Amino acid sequence: MTARRLVVNAIARVEGEGALRLVVDDGRVHTAELNIYEPPRFFEALLRGRAWTEPPDITARICGICPVAYQTSACNALEAACGAELDGPLADLRRLLYCGEWISSHALHIHLLHAPDFLGYPDGIAMAAGHREAVERGLALKKTGNALLELIGGRAIHPVNVRVGGFYSVPSRADLAPMRERLLGALDQAREVVRWVSGFDFPDHEVGHDLLSAREPGRYPIDRGTVVTSTGAEFPAAEFPEHVVERQVPHSTALHASLDGRRYLTGPLARYSLNSALLGPVAREAAAEAGLGTECRNPFRSIVVRAVEVVYAVEEAIRLIDGYERPDRPAVEITPRAGTGHGVSEAPRGLLYHRYTLDEAGLVTAAAIVPPTSQNQAAIEDDLCRLAGTRLDLGDDALALFCERVIRNHDPCISCATHFLDLTVIRR
Amino acid sequence: MSLPTLAVWKFASCDGCQLTLLDCEDELLALAGRVRIASFTEASSEVLPGPYDVSLVEGSITTPADERRIREVREQSRVLVTIGACATSGGIQALRNFGDVAEFAASVYASPEFISTLGTSTPISAHVPVDFELRGCPIDRHQLLETLGAFLAGRKPDLPDTSVCTECKRRGLTCVTVADGTPCLGPVTHAGCGALCPAHNRGCFGCFGPMAKPNTAALLPILRTCGMDEAAVGRVFATFNAAAPDFAAVSRERRS
Ligand code: SF4
Ligand code: SF4
Ligand code: SF4
Repeated sequence: MTARRLVVNAIARVEGEGALRLVVDDGRVHTAELNIYEPPRFFEALLRGRAWTEPPDITARICGICPVAYQTSACNALEAACGAELDGPLADLRRLLYCGEWISSHALHIHLLHAPDFLGYPDGIAMAAGHREAVERGLALKKTGNALLELIGGRAIHPVNVRVGGFYSVPSRADLAPMRERLLGALDQAREVVRWVSGFDFPDHEVGHDLLSAREPGRYPIDRGTVVTSTGAEFPAAEFPEHVVERQVPHSTALHASLDGRRYLTGPLARYSLNSALLGPVAREAAAEAGLGTECRNPFRSIVVRAVEVVYAVEEAIRLIDGYERPDRPAVEITPRAGTGHGVSEAPRGLLYHRYTLDEAGLVTAAAIVPPTSQNQAAIEDDLCRLAGTRLDLGDDALALFCERVIRNHDPCISCATHFLDLTVIRR
Repeated sequence: MSLPTLAVWKFASCDGCQLTLLDCEDELLALAGRVRIASFTEASSEVLPGPYDVSLVEGSITTPADERRIREVREQSRVLVTIGACATSGGIQALRNFGDVAEFAASVYASPEFISTLGTSTPISAHVPVDFELRGCPIDRHQLLETLGAFLAGRKPDLPDTSVCTECKRRGLTCVTVADGTPCLGPVTHAGCGALCPAHNRGCFGCFGPMAKPNTAALLPILRTCGMDEAAVGRVFATFNAAAPDFAAVSRERRS
C-alpha cells in the first residue's frame, strides 16, 4: 500500500475558489470532499433592513456570470410576497432578458471553460490556435447574448433596468427588430455548436442522482415555475424549504443541500431530463441530431445539453420578440406588505431559490438564498468518488486533471457560495 | 521579443469584473496576441510563474489568508491595477464593516466556528500600494481596454474623474431628477458607465463610487425633495461602495 499526497493549485475554469480532497483506501475512493473556500460574503445577513426594492440589485452581485438569475428569483419572491405577478409583455420581456443570459453564460462555459477539456487545451484562447473558427463562433454567440442583455437590461453584467414588478424602461417593437435579425444568424451558429460538441469523445458514465428543476406549463423552464423532481414530486416555490434542506459541512463555506433527505442534481442535465418534451422544434431537432434521448444522465454530455439549450434560448427569444407589443407601463404597481414570498428561476447552472420576509414598511427582515452550487455539491462529490475510482491507475497530474473535468461538467459557480482548487489525494 | 505578461487575481467578489475581460469578445483574441496571459484562473488552467508585467486584481480582502496572498501578488507584479468596486472600495461585502460579523456568520451558518473571516472587507490599497484603480460594479469594458492598453504601452490611462452628470449631458439625456423628481446620485458618482441608469429612466445608485471631491452636502437636500427619507438616503449611499470614505460619511450619519 503506497501513501501519496497530491496537490494541484487552482481548479481553473470554474467561477470561484475551491479545493478537492480525495481519500483513497485500498484502491477505492473512500471520500471526496469538495472544499469551496470562496470567502463568505454574508449576503443573506446584509439584506436585512434593506427596502423591498433593493434585493434585485444587491443579489445580482453574488454572481457576475448569472446576475439575471439572481435578479429574477429575487423579483419573483418579492412579487409573491406583495401579491403581484407579471403577465403579458412584461413577463415576456423578463423571459427575453433571461434568454440573453442563457445564451451568453452557456456560450462562455461551452467555449472558454468546458470544450478545452475535450480537445486538450488549457483554455479557450489557446484552443483558438487549433480551432479558431469554433472559438470565434462561440464568442460571436456570447456577444449576441450580451447584446440582448444590454438591450433589455441596460448592461450585460449586473443589468440596471430590472426592478420588482418589471423594468424602469421598456423597448419598442422597433427597438427589438434589429435584434431579431441578429438572433436568426445566432440560431444557425447555435446549431453548428451542437454539431461540433456532439462529436467530442465522451467517457461512459451515467449518474443516478435524483433530479430537480423548475416546471412551466407548455414551455421549457427558464424564468419561473413550480418545482418538479424525478421522483414525481411537484410543489410550488413556497414549499421548497419543506423539501430541500441545507446543512453546513466543516470542509466548505458553501452549504450542502438535500432533497427529501436524498442527494440530487439541478442544472442542465436535470432540466433537460425532466423537460425535453417542452423544447421548441428547432432545439428538439438539434437534440435528436446530437443523439440525445429524452433524458441525459451523462455529466460529460452536459456540454451537448448546454448547446441544445442555447438553440432553445435563441429560438425562444425570436418567438418572444415576434409576439411582443410594448406594454403601457414599464412595471406593475407593487404595494409592499408584511409577509413572506418565495421565488425560483432556472439559472444556467440550475434552480435558484430566494425567500424574503418583509415587514409592513416593506423592509426585509429575513432572506434566504439557495444557489445551484450548494444544491449540487453532494452530487459532484459523489461523481468524483465514482469517477476517480475508475481512474486510480492514472498518475497524479492526469488524475487531478480528470477530477477537474468532472467538476467542470457541472459548471459550479463557486462565487455564488465563491476559483482555486487544491487537489489533495491521500492514498493509503 | 517576448510578450508582456498579464495576470488576473480574484479575492472576495462576484467574478463580474474579470468576466468583463472575457466580454471583450471582439478584442479578446487580438489582445491574446499582444500579451501573454500568464495567470487567469477563471479562464485558464495554465499558470505561469511570476513576475508579471501587469496584474489586474478583483475583489476585496476579507480573510487572513487573503491578507497574505495580496502581498505575494504585489511582490510578483510590476504594475498592479485594481478592477471594480470590491477591489477599490471593499465592495458590497464591506457592509459588514458597519455591522457585527460574528452575528452575520451566526445568522448564515449553523457552525460559524468553521468560517475563517475578518471583521472587515477592505480595498486592496489598504494592504499594498496600487498603481491604478478602475471603478465600477462592474467595470466598463471600454475603460478596461483603455487601461490595459495604457499600461502595456507604459503610459497612464486617460480616464475621466468627473461625475456621471457630465456623461449624461454629453449623451443629451433628459435629467431624471429635473424631469420626474427621481432621486439620482449622478452628481456625486464617478464617471465611467456612460450614464446607463438615466438612459433607462432610472436614477443613478452610485455603482461607480464617489467621483473626485464629490459635493454630497449639496445633493442631500435634492434627494430629500425627491422624496427620500433619511433612512433611504443612508441606504443608497451604503451599497456597492459602502466603505468609500465620501459615501460612508453620508450613510454613517444616518445609522442608528
Ligand atoms: S465590483 Fe461588483 S462586479 Fe466587480 S467583482 Fe465586485 S461585485 Fe462583482
Ligand atoms: S439624470 Fe442624474 S446623472 Fe443625469 S444629469 Fe440628472 S442628476 Fe445628473
Ligand atoms: S448610472 Fe450610476 S448606478 Fe447606474 S450604472 Fe452608472 S454609475 Fe452605476
